[in-house]
Amino acid sequence: MKRLSWFNVTALTLGFAFLYLPMIILIVYSFNESRLVTVWAGFSTKWYGTLLQDQEFLDAAWVTVQVAFLSSTIATVLGTMAAHVIINAGRFPGRTLFSGMIYAPLVMPEVITGLSLLLLFIGLNIDRGIMTVVLAHTTFAMCYVSVVVSSRLATFDTALEEAARDLGATPFQAFRLVTLPIILPAVISGWLLAFTLSLDDLVIASFTTGPGATTLPIKIFSAVRLGVSPQINALSTLMIVVVTIGVITASLVTKRNAVRRAEEERAGAASA
Amino acid sequence: MSQNVFAPWADPTEKPLIQFKGVTKRFGDFTAIDDLTQDIYAKEFFALLGPSGCGKTTLMRMLAGFEKPTEGQILLGGQDLSQIPANQRSVNMMFQSYALFPHLTVWDNIAFGLKRAKQPKDKIEARVQEMLRLTRLEQFAKRKPHQISGGQRQRVALARSLARAPKLLLLDEPLGALDKKLREETQFELMDIQEKTGTTFIIVTHDQEEAMTVASRVAVMNHGQIVQVDTPDRIYEAPNSVYVAGFIGDVNLFRGMAQARDTTPPPAIDPVAQPLPEPTSPEAEKALNDQATRDARTPQPNALGMKLHDKLFAPVFGKWIDEPKALPMPDPIEKAKAEAARAPAPTPPASEVPQGGLDIAWAEGQPPLIAANGPETLSGHKVVLSLRPEKVSIWKERPTNQPNAVNILQGEVIDIAYLGNMSTYHVKLADGTMVKAQASNTRRIANRGITWEDKVWLSFTATAGVVLEDEA
Repeated sequence: MKRLSWFNVTALTLGFAFLYLPMIILIVYSFNESRLVTVWAGFSTKWYGTLLQDQEFLDAAWVTVQVAFLSSTIATVLGTMAAHVIINAGRFPGRTLFSGMIYAPLVMPEVITGLSLLLLFIGLNIDRGIMTVVLAHTTFAMCYVSVVVSSRLATFDTALEEAARDLGATPFQAFRLVTLPIILPAVISGWLLAFTLSLDDLVIASFTTGPGATTLPIKIFSAVRLGVSPQINALSTLMIVVVTIGVITASLVTKRNAVRRAEEERAGAASA
Repeated sequence: MSQNVFAPWADPTEKPLIQFKGVTKRFGDFTAIDDLTQDIYAKEFFALLGPSGCGKTTLMRMLAGFEKPTEGQILLGGQDLSQIPANQRSVNMMFQSYALFPHLTVWDNIAFGLKRAKQPKDKIEARVQEMLRLTRLEQFAKRKPHQISGGQRQRVALARSLARAPKLLLLDEPLGALDKKLREETQFELMDIQEKTGTTFIIVTHDQEEAMTVASRVAVMNHGQIVQVDTPDRIYEAPNSVYVAGFIGDVNLFRGMAQARDTTPPPAIDPVAQPLPEPTSPEAEKALNDQATRDARTPQPNALGMKLHDKLFAPVFGKWIDEPKALPMPDPIEKAKAEAARAPAPTPPASEVPQGGLDIAWAEGQPPLIAANGPETLSGHKVVLSLRPEKVSIWKERPTNQPNAVNILQGEVIDIAYLGNMSTYHVKLADGTMVKAQASNTRRIANRGITWEDKVWLSFTATAGVVLEDEA
């Protein structure tokens, strides 16, 4: 192992301190005995206990999970379809425009996305609730899914799908039996990414939500306005854990598959 | 050739399996296939040969159903293919990259097409087993494609495309990914399988050796058109254009002006009339002197000997040709050539140069090349004499006992490509033209007589080359 120079060590420390110090403080204080958030009074897990007693928080958590699950699933289906068309359908009129438009919401300010969706729902006279949040989350999560899936499809040999069709498969069968199993890891990591994004979204959710559909980030935000309680710290710590697991799983799936693919390609190249 | 040689294209009653009728395919401004009409018959092994970008892959993809012709029709067994999608055609394709499904085992890869055809399970089972046996893959059935070698993968791809028993199998550069030795083995395997299954094969390749080996007919393509369709031997020996001659194998091209030959008295080959080479260097001069002194030493025939010959040997060895004799050097190549030349026709007198044909004036101050097989209609045209290197003999001395070798050129060896079984000599003529001559290495390397910078003589017969109209 190469030893890092003092400069690199300093840069690394500062960089990661900047990124993670706030979260570490939050996690540490979630185990604080004291009611006062900024005064350390010994180790305790009592705030986690009170959190589990708090029906409002539990409701919000349930809403959030429902929204995240539904929106990420819909987003994955739509995003994968979009990526498949953009990458594999060849050149059709407007292809460049469409592929650009798929990625545009990634850089769109969330406030604008949220506001425009709110106006749409009001205009269509749709009652705001869980469904509207799901739809809103689907719209932006879909872009992320299609980015992840299309980067996998870019290296996918289209001859495989042609071979399937040549052997009697309809275009849909070719996709379901050949393309999908091969790109599945990318689809799963796209889903996990969408799930994570939906879980922690505040801005878009607060524009599109309605009575009885308070998500956890909204709940936390409004609770903090009344004063930070150690209970919030505990909740936030749990959320960090969930998100971390999601992100790590997604990257492991991608990584493992990339390694296997490299092996397969090496095997393929050996004969080429 | 046997009586029942496979040649359905020569039989007017035979119905073609595939018919291209005025097929044109354009991609934007680019014309990939240009008004192509061609019939292909059942059980043929048809090779599409051409450089990359000549349209051969497009042609194949149209047959498979991945591209639609812009104009014209493709018929399969009399049925228009244009309305039949790829998955409903009785056409299967073996892809260049094999396109094996990496997530499925060898067994499932082969069964894929059968399952789509909704066949009963036991039938699928039996058919896959049959295919595995045909391609000798039984013990690899449970492996994934990345767990087997390149040659095995190639066979899986073949088994998979044959499993549905298509009327037509398309092979897109099927052997491109294999090394040379494996490729040659596989070529024979392909021919064997094609014969066993009786399927019509169309193979796309840019490897002319491969096309010649496997195919019953070869179509040479260029710029979206088929330039020539013929059996491999006809393509090689009787190319219809300079393009085909140059594309298939090695070739020497002599450009010149054609003129019909005198058909009445066949010109006696008088070697003295042929201009002697100008001695260009002291070495060459010395070599010439050496030859002269040796000629003087060589025993010349006397009257008694001639009489004896006329009486006793003439029926066997032919008429006495009175010309200064020089015994050929005991050069192995020369000897082999001389023996080969003498063996089939022991009595070829000098006057047996075929009549008719063309004289080709190809260089200033050189005698015209005689092409007795040249069509007289080309007289007065610019022509190209296309000559295969193996039809050019190479000699260390001027060949005098080769009455058939009416075309004789002199030059200097610039390069020798030793290929093991034979050598190719690159000979530079006086006017700078490079000519390739091939000789079999019938002796071990130590005995080879001709080396770099040697002055050599090249000869070929009056019918060795093919006269083509000059396109340039």
